[in-house]
Amino acid sequence: MQQEMTKRKNSKSFRFREMNILIALILMCLLITIMNPRFLNPFNLQTIARQVAIYGLLAVGETLVIITGGIDLSVGSLVALIGVLVALFMKGGLSVAFSIIIVLLISSLIGLTHGLFVTKLDVPPFIITLGTLTAARGLASAITKGWPIIGLPESFFFIGQGHIIGIPFPLIILLIFAAIAFFITRYTVLGRQLYATGGNIEAARLSGVNVDRRRIFAYVFNSFLAGVTGIIVASRLSQGQAGVGSGYELNAIAAAVIGGASLAGGEGTILGALIGATIMSVIYDGLILLEISSYWHDVVMGLVIVAAVTIDVWRKRKSKVG
Amino acid sequence: MEQELLLKMEKISKAFPGVQALSEVDLEVYKGEILALVGENGAGKSTLMKILTGVFKKDEGKIIFKGKEIEARNPHHARQLGISMIYQEFSLVPNLDIATNIFLGNEPTRKFDIFDYERAKTEAERLLKMVGLGVSPDVLVEDLTVAQQQIVEVAKALASESELIIMDEPTSALSKEESERLFGIMKKLKEEGISIIFITHRLEEVFAVADRIVVLRDGRRVGELSCEETRISEVIRLMVGRDVRVVPRVEVSSDDVVLEVRNLSRLPMIKDVSFSLKKGEVLGIAGLVGAGRTEIMRALFGADLKTSGEIFIEGEKVEIQSPNDAVKMGIGLVPEDRKFQGLILIMAVYENISLPSLPFMFSNGIINFEKEYSLAESLVERLSIRTPSIFQAVNNLSGGNQQKVVLAKWLALKPKVLILDEPTRGIDVGSKAEIHHLIDELAKEGIGVILISSELPEILALSDRILVISKGRITKELKREEADQETIMQYAII
Ligand SMILES: Nc1ncnc2c1ncn2[C@@H]1O[C@H](COP(=O)(O)OP(=O)(O)OP(=O)(O)O)[C@@H](O)[C@H]1O
Ligand SMILES: [Mg+2]
Repeated sequence: MQQEMTKRKNSKSFRFREMNILIALILMCLLITIMNPRFLNPFNLQTIARQVAIYGLLAVGETLVIITGGIDLSVGSLVALIGVLVALFMKGGLSVAFSIIIVLLISSLIGLTHGLFVTKLDVPPFIITLGTLTAARGLASAITKGWPIIGLPESFFFIGQGHIIGIPFPLIILLIFAAIAFFITRYTVLGRQLYATGGNIEAARLSGVNVDRRRIFAYVFNSFLAGVTGIIVASRLSQGQAGVGSGYELNAIAAAVIGGASLAGGEGTILGALIGATIMSVIYDGLILLEISSYWHDVVMGLVIVAAVTIDVWRKRKSKVG
Repeated sequence: MEQELLLKMEKISKAFPGVQALSEVDLEVYKGEILALVGENGAGKSTLMKILTGVFKKDEGKIIFKGKEIEARNPHHARQLGISMIYQEFSLVPNLDIATNIFLGNEPTRKFDIFDYERAKTEAERLLKMVGLGVSPDVLVEDLTVAQQQIVEVAKALASESELIIMDEPTSALSKEESERLFGIMKKLKEEGISIIFITHRLEEVFAVADRIVVLRDGRRVGELSCEETRISEVIRLMVGRDVRVVPRVEVSSDDVVLEVRNLSRLPMIKDVSFSLKKGEVLGIAGLVGAGRTEIMRALFGADLKTSGEIFIEGEKVEIQSPNDAVKMGIGLVPEDRKFQGLILIMAVYENISLPSLPFMFSNGIINFEKEYSLAESLVERLSIRTPSIFQAVNNLSGGNQQKVVLAKWLALKPKVLILDEPTRGIDVGSKAEIHHLIDELAKEGIGVILISSELPEILALSDRILVISKGRITKELKREEADQETIMQYAII
């Protein structure tokens, strides 16, 4: 009986965490709609959905890394590198499917490298992924020499541009991977151990958690999702381009944090990451609809991030003091 | 005897979600006295003190300090008012030196508000002399022992000219000699007119230093005693509301060796340690603080890498390179430091309890919550862990109840070998008896228990066999009948 009660209390507070930002998102949508009703135009909604897919995939991966107490700054550059590589391979005559498989392998290997540096060599994640941030984009530029790789096979374009019953295909990809990540974090032993690792790595290790493997898993999964995003972006633009995705890593981190992830580790949810990514996308879209000069976009985003984090910290402090 | 009232707390109440931590508690402290505040784990001692120093806001009540009503906004403000607290968990900054720590937030300044380090240093030197710590003020805090850090905290309290110093379980991590040094300092402060509120679970310490005792139970004040007119048993009865039975251990003889360690070394600290442990046996590990007891067990558990040595479980040689390996072999370790090594504070009670056993409970990798919750519920009940629910974050539990959660998480694993490193540190007398009883029960169930404790009576009461450790080696093995405090000490200082 009492157990029943406590259980319900738990699930309620669980849902409540994301409730705040969900309400913020809805209010934001209402506000923009009032100021410009074109917001609800199906074409506009599709634009947002495509953006959500991209930010969402990166935010989901980044959330996993942040949960384990790490950070990954490389995802924006990986999006560019993987997009260029997949285009290169297809131009080189490999089939679409085979090219995709290879680049996903490559991106996972990059994640593995990050994980190994962080766990076995004790290099701070900030540093090693900062290295990739620079090197991966450099490599992408070196491959393309500044020119986009165009003339890709038609069948490749479906990934970024296609629909299934009116739903943009990238959004479907996002939902599939988000569902997997949600399941892992919420219902599996692996997921619990990810949180434990970020919550207190030494205590987790002494509890028999293989903390190195858990962290490596997070980096691999994140880089894999960055690879998926790179393919989507290349397909959407119909070309491989070295300049895309710059600053995406910050958007991903911001979305994760808006969604409740704590940079100290041990906290964060996939649902939160998705809502966070949607908020970011809606704000961008709103700024365009409201015809605010693009110079101001980054200023607004910066303020949004600071506000979100401040509110979060403040809320936590309050609940702690009781 | 006419005494000057320094502090009066009146009808203090405080509720946390799901717990009434304090109800209408009164407390007075006179000038120049040492008041002991005692009570079971979760009785509300730390909460009452945290209200006094502004960490928590009280729901109701009045605080009068030096004749004026006060309400501290935060510990810093409390310090300005003349009240300092030395917390159960330390608040020094490890990578700063002693002088800077002592004057943190209270810095002597030169023109333009520039930190006057030289003055801080001379001042610090004077204070360190006063508390009898012979260390230079420019030594980093992280290079000090726990006991020395404790004393620096006292010096820090003196630096702000506090008239009331609160010490929340200051001795729980100290050796006997170190504790006695601290008591000497406390008595000296008392003579200078400073008042001290002293929280501890070691009642003999209360009688060693305190003048008066206030007992809390379930958030209420249940009594006040004068140290001169009362006895330990009376205090215990007030604390727990019943007499505590001490169950003598019955040795369960068995010849099955569950664990054998051969020539274990972790140079330069541990050299050539060999011993075996039988099913159902309690093996006590005695020795001075720093003798290498914890290090031996950490190397055995895979927490630190051993440089050489072999380990056998039930006769089979096993490779233990990490705690992950050890847990798979059925070895559990309750570490000495619960906050940094034992618990994930931001996680719930049930998540902490199930952490080591999850992979074995759910071999397909998917958690069945019903099963996980009921495991946690049953252990919370078995160890009488005081928490509003298993979903409470461990951070919100009182110190002693946190320690019980660490025990619970290893019991959940149903280990073959359980290593307990100071398992009753910070545990109240009642719960201590319960934990002793539990150790006895575990042994009866056939678990091999290794018990490290700095309290010799605890080792003597529980162990079937005792290994004495000195400088990283086993210096003596004693049977239960052969062991007494003197013999152990004799081999501990070899
Ligand atoms: N921040 C908090 N949030 C919720 N409950 C709390 C919080 N702090 C303390 N409590 C609860 O208040 C009660 C009193 O706790 P307190 O820490 O004062 O006990 P204590 O007497 O110091 O015990 P111990 O001897 O174990 O340190 C406990 O039931 C505890 O779980
Ligand atoms: Mg306490």
